[in-house]
Amino acid sequence: MKKIPNNKAWFLVLPVFLLVAFSAIVPIMTVVNYSVQDIFDQNTAYFVGAEWYREMLRSPRLLDSLLRQFSYSFSVLLIEIPLGIAVALMMPAKGRMASVSLILVAIPLLIPWNVVGTIWQTFSRADIGLFGWSLNAIGIDYNYASNAGDAWFTVLLMDVWHWTSLIALLCYSGLRAIPEAFYQAARIDRASSWAIFRFIQLPRLKSVLVIGVLLRFMDSFMIYTEPFVLTGGGPGNSTTFLSQALTKMAIGQFDIGPAAAFSLIYYLIVLLVCYLFFTIINLQDKAK
Amino acid sequence: MQMNKRKTLGMTAYLLFILVPIYWLLNMSFKRNDEILGALTLWPNDFTFDNYITIFSDPSWYMGYVNSMIYVSMNMAITLVVALPAAYAFSRYKFVGDKHLFFWLLTNRMAPPAVFLLPFFQLYSSVGLFDTHIAVALAHCLFTVPLAVWILEGFISGVPREVDETAFIDGYSFPRFFIRIFLPMIRSGIGVTAFFCFMFSWVELLLAKTLTSVEAKPIAAIMTRTVGAAGIDWGLLSAAGILTIVPGILVIWFVRNHVAKGFALGRV
Repeated sequence: MKKIPNNKAWFLVLPVFLLVAFSAIVPIMTVVNYSVQDIFDQNTAYFVGAEWYREMLRSPRLLDSLLRQFSYSFSVLLIEIPLGIAVALMMPAKGRMASVSLILVAIPLLIPWNVVGTIWQTFSRADIGLFGWSLNAIGIDYNYASNAGDAWFTVLLMDVWHWTSLIALLCYSGLRAIPEAFYQAARIDRASSWAIFRFIQLPRLKSVLVIGVLLRFMDSFMIYTEPFVLTGGGPGNSTTFLSQALTKMAIGQFDIGPAAAFSLIYYLIVLLVCYLFFTIINLQDKAK
Repeated sequence: MQMNKRKTLGMTAYLLFILVPIYWLLNMSFKRNDEILGALTLWPNDFTFDNYITIFSDPSWYMGYVNSMIYVSMNMAITLVVALPAAYAFSRYKFVGDKHLFFWLLTNRMAPPAVFLLPFFQLYSSVGLFDTHIAVALAHCLFTVPLAVWILEGFISGVPREVDETAFIDGYSFPRFFIRIFLPMIRSGIGVTAFFCFMFSWVELLLAKTLTSVEAKPIAAIMTRTVGAAGIDWGLLSAAGILTIVPGILVIWFVRNHVAKGFALGRV
C-alpha cells in the first residue's frame, strides 16, 4: 500500500512513544551512568570513563559466557526452526482435531517461565523424575545436577519443548494462508511433495519465519529464568548464560559498574545482529 | 495415505513430547511430599487434594493469582489503547522518523533484563508506583506495546484505504470512524493482540518480582516460598504450577478460531 506523507501522524504515535520512553529511556540512561563510574555505595562513586568497557572486553569469564550464549542461541535456532516447520506441516488442517492440536501445541507458550523451569527440574531428576529415571533405567548415565554436558542438554531440551510451538504456530498460520489453487497447479504439474514444500510452501513462510527467527534469537540470547530455576547456572559454570553471569556480578558482588558496561556491550551485540538480519531481509525484498 | 499416517504419527509424537512433562507436574500435584520423594509412581498411590486446598484457603497464596490477573488485564487494556492509533499511523502514513521509531520500539525487547532491574526499581519507586499493579502493567508495556503495534499494523494494512476515504466523504470524524467502523473490521486482530499481550505479560517474572513486594506480588514470585527449611514442598509447588497453566488454556480456548490467522500477525 502506498503511504501518504503526513507528519500529523506523529500525534497518533505519541502515546506509544511516551509510554515506552518512560520505561525505556530512564533505565537505559541510568545504566549508562553506572557504566562509567566506580560505585562503592549510594553516596560514593568515582568517574572512571571507559575503564570498565576496556576491562570487560578483556575479561575471560564474560567472554566465555558470551561464547556459550552464541552457541546456545544458534543451537536453539538450528533445532527449533526445522522442527517447528515440520510440526506445522504435520498439524491437521481443519476439523476438530485442528482446534485440539492447536490448543495443545500452544500450551507451553502460556506457562510462566519459572514454572517451565520447575517442570523440567522435577521431570528430569534422576531419582524422582520420569525422564531422568527412564534414561537411567535404559542404561544411560544421566544426572543434570552433576554432569555439565547433561545440564546443557537439559536446558536445550527445555528450550525446544518451550518454544518450538511458537515457530510451529507461526508456520501453521503461514501455511493456512496459501490458496488452494497453488496446490492444484502443483498437482497438475505432478510436483513431488518435496518440490511443493521447496517452491510453494517455504517461500510463503518467509515472512513469518523472519519474525520467528528474530523473536527466538532475542529471547534465547537473554534467557534467564528457566536455566536459573533448573540448574542455578551449574554444575560449575556450564549453564551460566550471559544474563545470569551479569546478575551475579551486579547483585551478588555488587560490581554494578562493570556489569552495566557489559550489559551495554551485550545490548549492542543483539542490536547489531538484529539490525543486520533486518537489513539483509529488506535488501532481498527490494532485489525482487 | 502413507503420507497421512506418517503425519499423524509425527504429530502424536510431538504432542506426547509436550504433554508428558505437564502430566508429570499434574501427577505430582496430587501426591503428598513423602510419596514424591519416596519412589517413582506414574499415578498417585494416595490421591490427595491437600495441595490445592492449601492454595485456595490461604489468601497469601490465591491473591497471587488475582494480582497477576489484575496486572495482565491492565497491561492488555493500556497496550491496546495506545497501540491501535499508532499501528494505524504506521500503516497509513509516512512521517519523519517512522522507520527509526519502529526499530527503536522493537529494540526494547532486546535489553538484557539483569542489570536493568535496579534502575527499574529506582524509577518506579521515585514516582511512587512501587508495589502497585499499574507499575507492573506499565513495565510490561515495554515489550507488549512494540509487539502489539507490529501485529496490529499487519492487520490494519489488510483493510483497504478506500474504506477510510469513503467514511470521511460520508462525513465521519476521525474518532467516530475509528471506533464505529474501523475497530469492528479488525476485531480478530484485536483479539489476537490481546492474546499476545497475555502471553508475554503472564509468563514474565523478573520485572514483576522486582516491582512488587506485598500488595501486588505475582503468583510466580509467591511460588518461590515453597522452598522452606525442610527442603522444597514439591507437591504444593506442582499444584501452584498447574494452576498457573489453567488461565492460559482458557484464554487460548477463546481465541482458537482466530489463532491460525492471528499468528501470521496479519502479515501473510
